[in-house]
Amino acid sequence: MATVETGPGRHPEWYAHATGDKFGKIADAPIGFGHMKRKEDARFIRGLGDYMDDVRLPGMLHGAILRSPYAHARINSIDTSAALAHPKVAAVIIAKDLETLGLAWMPTISYDTQAVLAGDKVRFHLQEVAFVIATDAYAAQDALQLIDVDYDVLPAIVNCRKALDPDAPLIRDDKVGQTDNLASPLWEAGDKANCDRVFAEADVVAKRTILDPRSHPCPMETCGMVADMNPATGQLNIYNGNQAPHAHRTVYAQVAGLPEQNIRILCNDIGGGFGNKVPVYPGYVCAIAGSIVAGAPVKWIEDRSENLASTGFARDYLMYSEMCSKGGKITGLRVDTIADHGAFDSTAQATKFPAGFFHIVTGSYDLQGAHCQVKAVYTNKAPGGVAYRCSFRITEAVYLVERMVDALAMEMNVDPVELRMRSFIRSDQFPYETQTGWVYDSGDYHKAMKLAMEIADYEGLRKEQQEKLARGEMMGIGIAFFTEGVGAGPRRHMDILGLAMNDGAELRVHPSGKAVVSLSAQTQGQGHETTFAQIVAEELGISPNEIMVRHGDTDKTPYGLGTYGSRSTPVSGGAVAVVSRKVRDKARQFAALMLETRAEDLAWEKGRWYVKGDPERGSTIESIAEYAYSASNLPEGLEGGLDANAVYDPPNLTYPFGAYIAVVDVDPGTGKVHMRRFIAVDDCGVRINPMVVEGQIHGGLVEGIGQALMEIISFDEQGNCLNASFMDYLLPTALECPEHGFELGETVTPCPHHPIGAKGVGESPCVGSPPAIANAVVDAMYHAKGVKHMDMPCFPARVWAAMNGREQPPQ
Amino acid sequence: MKLRLANPGHVIDINPIEPELNYIRQEGNEIRIGALTRHVNMLESDLLARTFPDIFREAEAVLADPVVRNRGTMGGSLCQSDPAEDLSGVVVALKGKAVLRGPGGAERVVEMDEFHIGPYMTAVGPTEMLIEVRFPIHPGFGGAHEKVERRAGDFAIVAASAALSIQGGTIQTAGVACSAVGPTTMHIKRAEEALVGKAPSEELFQQAGQMASADCSPNSDGRGPADYKRAVAGVLTQRALSRAAATALR
Ligand SMILES: Cc1cc2nc3c(=O)[nH]c(=O)nc-3n(C[C@H](O)[C@H](O)[C@H](O)COP(=O)(O)OP(=O)(O)OC[C@H]3O[C@@H](n4cnc5c(N)ncnc54)[C@H](O)[C@@H]3O)c2cc1C
Repeated sequence: MATVETGPGRHPEWYAHATGDKFGKIADAPIGFGHMKRKEDARFIRGLGDYMDDVRLPGMLHGAILRSPYAHARINSIDTSAALAHPKVAAVIIAKDLETLGLAWMPTISYDTQAVLAGDKVRFHLQEVAFVIATDAYAAQDALQLIDVDYDVLPAIVNCRKALDPDAPLIRDDKVGQTDNLASPLWEAGDKANCDRVFAEADVVAKRTILDPRSHPCPMETCGMVADMNPATGQLNIYNGNQAPHAHRTVYAQVAGLPEQNIRILCNDIGGGFGNKVPVYPGYVCAIAGSIVAGAPVKWIEDRSENLASTGFARDYLMYSEMCSKGGKITGLRVDTIADHGAFDSTAQATKFPAGFFHIVTGSYDLQGAHCQVKAVYTNKAPGGVAYRCSFRITEAVYLVERMVDALAMEMNVDPVELRMRSFIRSDQFPYETQTGWVYDSGDYHKAMKLAMEIADYEGLRKEQQEKLARGEMMGIGIAFFTEGVGAGPRRHMDILGLAMNDGAELRVHPSGKAVVSLSAQTQGQGHETTFAQIVAEELGISPNEIMVRHGDTDKTPYGLGTYGSRSTPVSGGAVAVVSRKVRDKARQFAALMLETRAEDLAWEKGRWYVKGDPERGSTIESIAEYAYSASNLPEGLEGGLDANAVYDPPNLTYPFGAYIAVVDVDPGTGKVHMRRFIAVDDCGVRINPMVVEGQIHGGLVEGIGQALMEIISFDEQGNCLNASFMDYLLPTALECPEHGFELGETVTPCPHHPIGAKGVGESPCVGSPPAIANAVVDAMYHAKGVKHMDMPCFPARVWAAMNGREQPPQ
Repeated sequence: MKLRLANPGHVIDINPIEPELNYIRQEGNEIRIGALTRHVNMLESDLLARTFPDIFREAEAVLADPVVRNRGTMGGSLCQSDPAEDLSGVVVALKGKAVLRGPGGAERVVEMDEFHIGPYMTAVGPTEMLIEVRFPIHPGFGGAHEKVERRAGDFAIVAASAALSIQGGTIQTAGVACSAVGPTTMHIKRAEEALVGKAPSEELFQQAGQMASADCSPNSDGRGPADYKRAVAGVLTQRALSRAAATALR
């Protein structure tokens, strides 16, 4: 029997299927927007995705990282001789070796520096210390144990409150002029004097200290890279699942001093990103340096513990907050935040916004005054501060404002929905400028809130709660109403490391009328191969089945900043709509020639140009495509072919919003929270594919349940990470979700400035659900026991402590 | 082994003798379960459900997840001697006896109190293996297993197993064990003694719960502080007893 020749890491079946129609062809695809199964799922659910670890190149070596057993220690010496003597070891790289390549330190996305391999000191538990390259992955692990590092242990700082104590040990003594553990200057937004005046005039003030604990995005596929530097040509191919391939290429060019045109980044299928795959990690730089040193491709794939303990965490914001009311309405909010960045500031955000979009903290309310300030500190914890399914700290902001509204409602003794209804920005106030300077584009908050109450039967739930209370049972109802600003962003305001936050698209319609659209956005499971095909389909009338969406190869796609912060549809989606319209306009020129009339006399209907007043006379996009490539007598000034390029600069962010209601039962004996119901009404403007939208909402709600009820990265006093495995870092399963499913609703307020009226949605559910669930747990405890606050995660022991009046903030 | 915490010189695969050691059967007044019986077999066994309603099914339904239950065994659960094991609690409450076999087929039978000698330590000698667990059958039986965990599939924060037999309105035999609240599965003997010979009542079960609270010795860890676990051991013991009694009287 003949064997099938397969490419590196490819499953033989892939080839058997790929040539047929079985892949990614959906029988009942709409020509444009509407319900449609995801084209990419055919390969995913068969296990035929092509992930990073599937890449196997000839002569490829394997890297592994030696990590620090201490959170803070001086390195006296590193002895690698025994590891080097291992018969399967090709090289061992330590900081000294990287110095000669100028790669010992790398810049972070927040203009800080981060040690690639620790040379002077280790600054967090499990920090990268040495990189071993061997002929197989097992030998590389074996050799790690042969490296001898001599440490002097130093006191560690794990509590952000103590980072600025005068006698706190200095963590970043590598930075010239750094004398304390402040990571960046105090940053503030809002008019403080005005805000203080609003508070002075208030009737009621609620005060809370709120921690949004350190969590982790936990993509199913961990981080890793195969770096392949060709010593003959100087070409560097990088196989690496990341959320922003073009930006990464530019960063590698800058960091390693390599010519940018010689670097090619290839992202195959990516098993989830959630913000974790935005940064450049030390392991990547090691793999690249390793390939340069060894003259062979080097694969480095981290294991789960490495992912949890060393790559981008999320949140870790401690927020001292006050909210006030006057005349029964919310009037003011002030927040003083300590941001715990860990040992290096590698938080993800638009560069001019050191606290991300945290100042969207006024939420969905028409306030008279607001002020927020953020102090960022270094601690002996892993770096990160990535936007885990979140538009740069919006999750923290929404968590804070929605917890505070509930707190204020308690102090005012009014129903939390009632207080929100009284204080919402009204639909006739849009566009609305907030106290901290955001201009919300559109919304109808009252309508969404009412719909959620209707689905939930809010009155009925409150009655049930009273009945249960009388029987000694604890039930809680939690509300969260969020507004997000997503789709960064307008180039006059937003850049990352100087790169404007725009995205490109290239569309080629082939002679057969089938098309390829190339994106700078990078899917990690969001369904781009379907959604973006549907945008082209809507604009040109070609079936989504006949449109290939290409991404993830920097040599074959236009420049742009990638996928995070719910920006794919708002920015890349804009680019795709614009490029489709350019192609449509060009098609009009050809149609005019074909129909022997003037372009102005043609009208468009989905899929064809026709003569105004004579709709029978027209040319389909398919026939126009053929003509565009074959016509022999084109007039001066009209180029053949049917393709176009676009770069989209969004005029503003888009502002999706939603009304969420969580219903929980709490076991008074054990503190166990049962997630009984979850109602989610989302408004993300026009829905391109409602099925994809609902899928995003389901996934995000589950992640919200995880953050609210079980997820935390915590540390002991020595700074040891206590949650470096799935035994200790719990992820939610279907069994933690409401047994009768999520109850979804929608309103549609189109985005006025987006080409197709869409807003981002990928992150909304993960932003809106944690406060809804936390509010529900606190609501249950408040009604039964008068308890007014607890911090997430609400796992049984912590809930039990809170309901018995002895809650401690998590460490 | 994956985390390189354990580095055994040899690993012996006992799966090939599964046909001999995977069984659940009644012999005389005993139920016998072979050491290689999988969790899923115990979960689905009608004989166990009939004889010991419904303590096995309740414990197995919350033990790990289907993947682990399809592979994990009775013998592995007991011999791992993890104090948080659900199944060990059930075996203690049911007064199971472990049958160990050594060189030349020499067998000895060990009570549970002697079997688990410490965390991750058992009475199984270096040349012995566990082959079977035997359980006495009692008429008027009712059992229950209560567990609180951080998330489905996680090891217990605390679990309580209760086994009662009730005849003529009086508790004839009682078994109470708590998991994850001590160096081994905690056998709450004082509660058992307090229960036997009495008529079942909520007050009685509450007292038994208080004894479980008092007699266990939990540690503080990532799953919760010791005082919490102690309190929950009482709550779960009371609940398990009360449901066990309801089942026995059904
Ligand atoms: C993800 C996960 C979640 C889990 N959750 C739970 C839970 O919620 N509740 C719970 O109770 N348990 C839980 N467990 C533990 C599970 O029940 C045990 O791991 C399993 O039952 C062990 O059985 P095994 O047959 O695989 O034993 P093995 O892992 O093969 O063996 C365990 C130990 O016992 C020894 N051993 C095995 N059989 C014998 C024998 N016949 N004679 C002598 N020595 C023997 C082995 O040498 C080894 O030292 C979980 C396990 C995992 C992996």
